[in-house]
Amino acid sequence: MPNYDWPSQQNTTLLGKRYDRLDGPWKVRGTAEYAYDRNLDGMLVARMVTCPHAHAKITAIDIEPAKRVQGFRGAEVINPVGTELQWTGQEVLAVAADTEEAARDCANAVRVTYEVLEHLSGEEDVKKAGQKNRVQPASDDTKGDPEAGFKSADVVHEGYYGVATITHCCLEPHGQVVDWKGDEITVYASTQAVSRIGADLATNLAADERFKDVKANQIRVITPVMGGGFGSKFNIDTWGVACAKLSKVTGRPVKLMLDRDEELMLAGARPSDFGNLKIGAKSDGTIVAFESESWSTGGVSGRGAPPLPYIFTEIPNQRVRHLNVSTNTGPSRAWRAPNHPQAAAMTMTALTDLAQKLKMDPVELFKKNLNLTSRGDVYARQLDKAAEMIGWKQKYHAPGDGKGKIRKGVGASIHTWAGRPHDSTCRVDIGPDGSVSANLASQDLGVGCRTVIAAVLAETVGLPLDVVQVNIGDSNLPPSGASGGSTTVGGVSASTRRAAVNALEKLKEVVAPELGVAADDLEAKGGRLVSKSDSSKSIGWDEACRKLGVKTIAEMGQQPDRNGGKLNDSGVGGAQMAEVSVDLETGIVKVESMAAVQDIGYVIALKQSESQVFGALIQGVAWALYEERVYDEITGAMLNADMEFYKLSGIGDIGNLMVHIDQGIYDDRGVIGLGEPPAISPGAAISNAVHNALGVRVPVLPMTPDKVLEAIEKGGVA
Amino acid sequence: MQNFEYIAPTTVQNAVAALSSQWGVTELLMGGTDTMSLLKERLATPTRVVSLRHINELKGVSKAGSGLKVGSMTTLSALASNKDVAKAYPSLVTAVEGIHSMQHRAMSTVASDLLQRPRCWYFRNGFGLLGKGPGGKSLAPAGENQYHAILGNKGPAYFVNPSSLAPALVALGAKATVTGPEGSRQVAIADLYAIPMGDNDREVTIKPNEVITDIVLPAAKGLENATYEVRQRTLFDWPLATASVALKMKGKMVEDAVVVMGHVAPKPWRSSEAENALKGKTISESVAGEAGKAAVSMATPLSKNKHKVTLASVAVKRAVMRAAGMEVA
Repeated sequence: MPNYDWPSQQNTTLLGKRYDRLDGPWKVRGTAEYAYDRNLDGMLVARMVTCPHAHAKITAIDIEPAKRVQGFRGAEVINPVGTELQWTGQEVLAVAADTEEAARDCANAVRVTYEVLEHLSGEEDVKKAGQKNRVQPASDDTKGDPEAGFKSADVVHEGYYGVATITHCCLEPHGQVVDWKGDEITVYASTQAVSRIGADLATNLAADERFKDVKANQIRVITPVMGGGFGSKFNIDTWGVACAKLSKVTGRPVKLMLDRDEELMLAGARPSDFGNLKIGAKSDGTIVAFESESWSTGGVSGRGAPPLPYIFTEIPNQRVRHLNVSTNTGPSRAWRAPNHPQAAAMTMTALTDLAQKLKMDPVELFKKNLNLTSRGDVYARQLDKAAEMIGWKQKYHAPGDGKGKIRKGVGASIHTWAGRPHDSTCRVDIGPDGSVSANLASQDLGVGCRTVIAAVLAETVGLPLDVVQVNIGDSNLPPSGASGGSTTVGGVSASTRRAAVNALEKLKEVVAPELGVAADDLEAKGGRLVSKSDSSKSIGWDEACRKLGVKTIAEMGQQPDRNGGKLNDSGVGGAQMAEVSVDLETGIVKVESMAAVQDIGYVIALKQSESQVFGALIQGVAWALYEERVYDEITGAMLNADMEFYKLSGIGDIGNLMVHIDQGIYDDRGVIGLGEPPAISPGAAISNAVHNALGVRVPVLPMTPDKVLEAIEKGGVA
Repeated sequence: MQNFEYIAPTTVQNAVAALSSQWGVTELLMGGTDTMSLLKERLATPTRVVSLRHINELKGVSKAGSGLKVGSMTTLSALASNKDVAKAYPSLVTAVEGIHSMQHRAMSTVASDLLQRPRCWYFRNGFGLLGKGPGGKSLAPAGENQYHAILGNKGPAYFVNPSSLAPALVALGAKATVTGPEGSRQVAIADLYAIPMGDNDREVTIKPNEVITDIVLPAAKGLENATYEVRQRTLFDWPLATASVALKMKGKMVEDAVVVMGHVAPKPWRSSEAENALKGKTISESVAGEAGKAAVSMATPLSKNKHKVTLASVAVKRAVMRAAGMEVA
């Protein structure tokens, strides 16, 4: 069996090294073609009609006025008369017209009548939600003897913590262009699941009598680039199905991309979390008991509980309860590291408050209890590294110790994520002209997946990065998993590696006899196939490929490989620290700097890995300080479904971000995904830094000036 | 967007003639940074849009006596980079710089800044200028009022005036030249705005068929002026509270003062309480702080905007300190 093992990074030219992303120039020049950019000949534009009420039953739909609008081409009902709609902005129908303007006029002309029902928008007031019968117990788990645990504690901390619901707010909103010609359906989609949404669309179409014969193999999905998903773009969604139907009934390609307000109201939200936490410890900092009662909303239906206590899962005595609150708000979807950011923002904050009570440095408290975690040695080393990067020793002070109107502080958090690889199949082609390509139906969400695949292929065949070709984003290629849960890089790097090794073996078999060496004596490096035993025997890549005559090598690689072999793993640790300054008079928090240390196993693309972490920190500044979904309780309207009052961080708000990717320590474990882990800790680290600056806790994220000023006033900070 | 007729006259006379005497029938396009969104959101559904962009006489800054005349279609970036403005009216420059968007400053004009509609999210979500819900009840007092008014908020209006320039211009004693079918008149900037009392009222006093043609800035000699904006982010964002002050100094003593707050009331809010706290005083941090406290002494915060009282007070304090040449946080 060929040797697929990753090469030692001491001998690599690309793997673990720094190089630019391949799609960077396309994006800077504006030549990258997003779903939103697709404009096909004769294409119609579709718009949706959505519900203006938070909870209502559709009693009538009158499309006739839209049909009188010039340019009207078709309408497809998504939720028929009688449907009970559960949030403001929920889809009712879609209309297609010659132009976007006409489509908007059509949507505006449609008359929908509703029977308005009672709604609930807010969940933080769980008592009120309970009175409205909106609260359901989700879990109640006990370990050890919590009561005895707390009795044995010298110090007990109790506190209230929370994180508001945020939306995914993808810069490229959800949507697609569907071109249904004859039996062939082409979907240009903004998706995280090129290999999957075709089947999703087929199933949804087949549920409609008019399209019952549609099969997945008629559908081709094309996504060369896409503008962000964060976990919200795994499905074809109602608008994708309606778009396809409109294409069929009009006989024209149809584009349906969500508007910004629709994107924020219905295309994905990260659930909130609120709760009362109680932690008991011995006077030396040893944690002995944990208790929590938390609640959250994922919209009208429930959601999973946050993993509390976070990281310190082995606290001997625990009782962890969670409640689901049903609200008439946009439904939740997976958001980078589902449930973990909230769990970190509650646990790491409560532990830091406990440290204050113990008069301990919180990092020392974390380290003292690493035996209660599953990767203590990793966290210990990472905390030290992060501390060195941010200058923890110089900057940490007793909480609230400081003078003047601007107070500075530092805070820390640690996190974990599995990131096991998804299934992936890759075909590597080597042509007689020397061309080499990796072909797989994966997708690049904007994070560098294409560059990762190219690097693995180029390293394996010994060619420069810009010589190999990567074909992804097309469901006609060999299937690969959806990009979610940090599964992509582990999956595609392994399938590409195996396919590339297999293809290279074939090429070696062709040229070895001519060089008079055994095939397994050849290695590919520096654009040549060279004999390991006699370096005078070698052949240039193009010349070697010419020996193929008219044949093209096409070899497959799989993840997982049926013969076993380990190229990847799951389970990583990370530590992050933040330094902030807080204006005592205005309650405005500025992030001065952040340090992130992350383990990802065998590093493939160092620069893209760092970028992935930078992005997570920038997102983290937003949800720590600015970002929240605001609903009006009376009308149930989402008031900030725009990018004016739905606030993200700007370039001047993020401070000095420092990223360290652990390299050379965990290479033997193979590749582990990175999308989720760095997105977990920022909220907790920033909250803890504010706590260090002020000496009091701002309990709920985002830490907007109103909340900061309230904490300052309540805590008597002066 | 509803279809409309678009005209771009080259004279003020033709622009005025093209405007309806009824609100809502015609709309002015002065910078496009607000009107375009209103049209797209169908919050404005005019039958005609009149652009002022092609009226050259409305552009540019010129000397007028001992003060300056600023054409209403002067862009904010042109205003802030004008040497005479920068030298004498730092409070205006700070107000423009507070708009952390180069694109916005390049498109927005003095007139479009002064006449932009409120950013109130009830208004922008289609609940009307007074933000009324089912049964005609005002939504802001019991709702999400964190960005709403803390002064002049007895109702039915709870929004805040969004203009960046207005507080500074009021503090500087500027006047607008307003031209309508009956000719031109001068209006103090402070009198451009009114708190609407009914559903059909607007937040401005000018008529639907009047245009602002220029702003006259009085001489700033001996007038120490400054603006301070409390902002959460350093990108395009609305301030949480602002203050502009103009201090007439006699040696180290404040002889006269004008203190105006922005983003705290449905119109730029002049505080005689703060002004009285400054008159006859030598500026120190504590005097500035007293002025800040006085500025909000009449504030009546809503359920979720108590913090704005603090922020407005700090804005006044820091604007006063800045005008006095002191360093602020």
